[in-house]
Amino acid sequence: MVSRWFLRALVAGYLLMLVAWPVSLVATNAFTNGLDAMVMVFTDPGVVHALQLTVLVAGIAVVINTVFGVAMSMFLVRYEFPGKRLLSALLDLPLAVSPVVVGLALVLVYGGRDGWFGPFLESLGIRVIFSTPGLVMATAFVALPLVIREVVPVLTEIGTDQEQAAKSLGASSAQTFWRITLPAIKWAVIYGVVLSTARSLGEFGAVKVVSGNVLGETRTATLAVEELYLNFDQAGANAIAFGLAMVSVLCIVVVGALRPRHRI
Amino acid sequence: MSIDVRGVNKRFGGFVALDDVNVSIPTGQLTALLGPSGGGKSTLLRIIAGLESADSGSIEIEGTDATQLPPQRRNVGFVFQHYAVFKHLTVARNVSFGMEIRKRPRAEITQRVDELLSLVHLSQFADRLPSQLSGGQRQRMALARALAVQPTVLLLDEPFGALDAKVRKELREWLRRLHDEVQVTTVFVTHDQEEAMEVADEIVVINHGRVEQVGSPDDLYDRPANEFVMSFLGEATTLGGTLFRPHDIEVATSPLAVGGIEGTISRIQRVGFWVRLTVLTDDGEAVAVEMTRSHARELGLAHGQTVWLSPVPRAARVSIAV
Repeated sequence: MVSRWFLRALVAGYLLMLVAWPVSLVATNAFTNGLDAMVMVFTDPGVVHALQLTVLVAGIAVVINTVFGVAMSMFLVRYEFPGKRLLSALLDLPLAVSPVVVGLALVLVYGGRDGWFGPFLESLGIRVIFSTPGLVMATAFVALPLVIREVVPVLTEIGTDQEQAAKSLGASSAQTFWRITLPAIKWAVIYGVVLSTARSLGEFGAVKVVSGNVLGETRTATLAVEELYLNFDQAGANAIAFGLAMVSVLCIVVVGALRPRHRI
Repeated sequence: MSIDVRGVNKRFGGFVALDDVNVSIPTGQLTALLGPSGGGKSTLLRIIAGLESADSGSIEIEGTDATQLPPQRRNVGFVFQHYAVFKHLTVARNVSFGMEIRKRPRAEITQRVDELLSLVHLSQFADRLPSQLSGGQRQRMALARALAVQPTVLLLDEPFGALDAKVRKELREWLRRLHDEVQVTTVFVTHDQEEAMEVADEIVVINHGRVEQVGSPDDLYDRPANEFVMSFLGEATTLGGTLFRPHDIEVATSPLAVGGIEGTISRIQRVGFWVRLTVLTDDGEAVAVEMTRSHARELGLAHGQTVWLSPVPRAARVSIAV
């Protein structure tokens, strides 16, 4: 009995000191001078552009990761091929590798001046690094496994019986996927999408390397927070940080609301 | 012939699942593929349905070569052992699935779903989800779903295998009546010889990837082609190096008959109406014999008694390959 209370206190204290308190300070600091900081920051054209860019980049990255993630999950679960375990392990790499490394790797490949592939694309007029495509790639890379890791266990669990039944009833592969497989994995996909969205909106390291941080062009919301903070605009930094934190909290609430249904 | 299977081979790695299988399944009948687990019968059914592909050989369904056709174009109804219900669809939508895929008019779909649900006694469950049904109800729904597309053949893979004994027995009788009503060529896989004998018009016995024998339940029981069929379709015992049914062996208390084999009764068991004897012959065979209780009483059999055994005339028999 005593040990149980002790454990609870330990966990609560740990979470309080590490998560709840610091995050709540961001919130209180954002409103120290009432709504002034908020209004000022969110009417600044540079910040507004940064937020729009973040939403655009995260949106594209999430769409790419969802389509790719579901396709990859089907491939991993429904087909046998040599190197399957290796591929599965490789898909977890983005979780293990530091985002800064991801950014640098992308620069090495797609860098406009001395990248491996970049100069060729540049000659076609496509700029990747220091531009929106680079931001999308970096963001998609770091959030890559989130949909897959949600969908794979559910696909494995439902098995192939329902799909085979649909086929025997005359459904084509596409009809089987849209009418049977997708509804069966729907909650896992939504869950993965929410997690990917949260991760994509908050990405900093990889984006910082590939963005070049040009105000009004390639500066995203997280980069804007850093910029304001380094320029001693603590209030402004807190205001944007509060906005980002709110979106994450919203994501967690959505996930929490979905989870019980997803389990059934 | 409704289904013609010719020279079908199938391997899974080093395991031979089907070894040059040739079978013809007649139109309009209820045929059982019977055999022990792992004998290849489910694989054969799945190859007929197109859910599995044969390494070599051909499948013909109602005169059309279906070997290369994908499952959705074979027009077969398939019922799975574990039901394979569409969990997110209601019972009615499960049944209408195949018709929706075929883009049948709404009114026709509604009418046919109503008909089928009443055929499988699930009308009052039309708007429920499969998770609210019992195992037996789910399997009946799966059957209605397979019938909805008016398949040329209906294939059932161990359809009652996941159900408890009582429901199993009910459903198998119900399947027989349903088949008499619907008259669609039906093939079902089972490892239960009693189920096959009771329900099927024709039985295909499959073992180790090979067809052992094809025939009516009576044919197989009375004229088994080999040792395996004889012992798989009921009790069998050896007497003088030949297999017989235990109830086909006659017991005499004196050496009247010529060629009777002498032995002593080592065990007497009464199982309800039947008496089961174990007789040790002088050659060292342990022979099982079954007779009615009244017959045993007439003979006055007792433990340790010497008796003479001989098969009844026209007994089913198979010589044991040495």
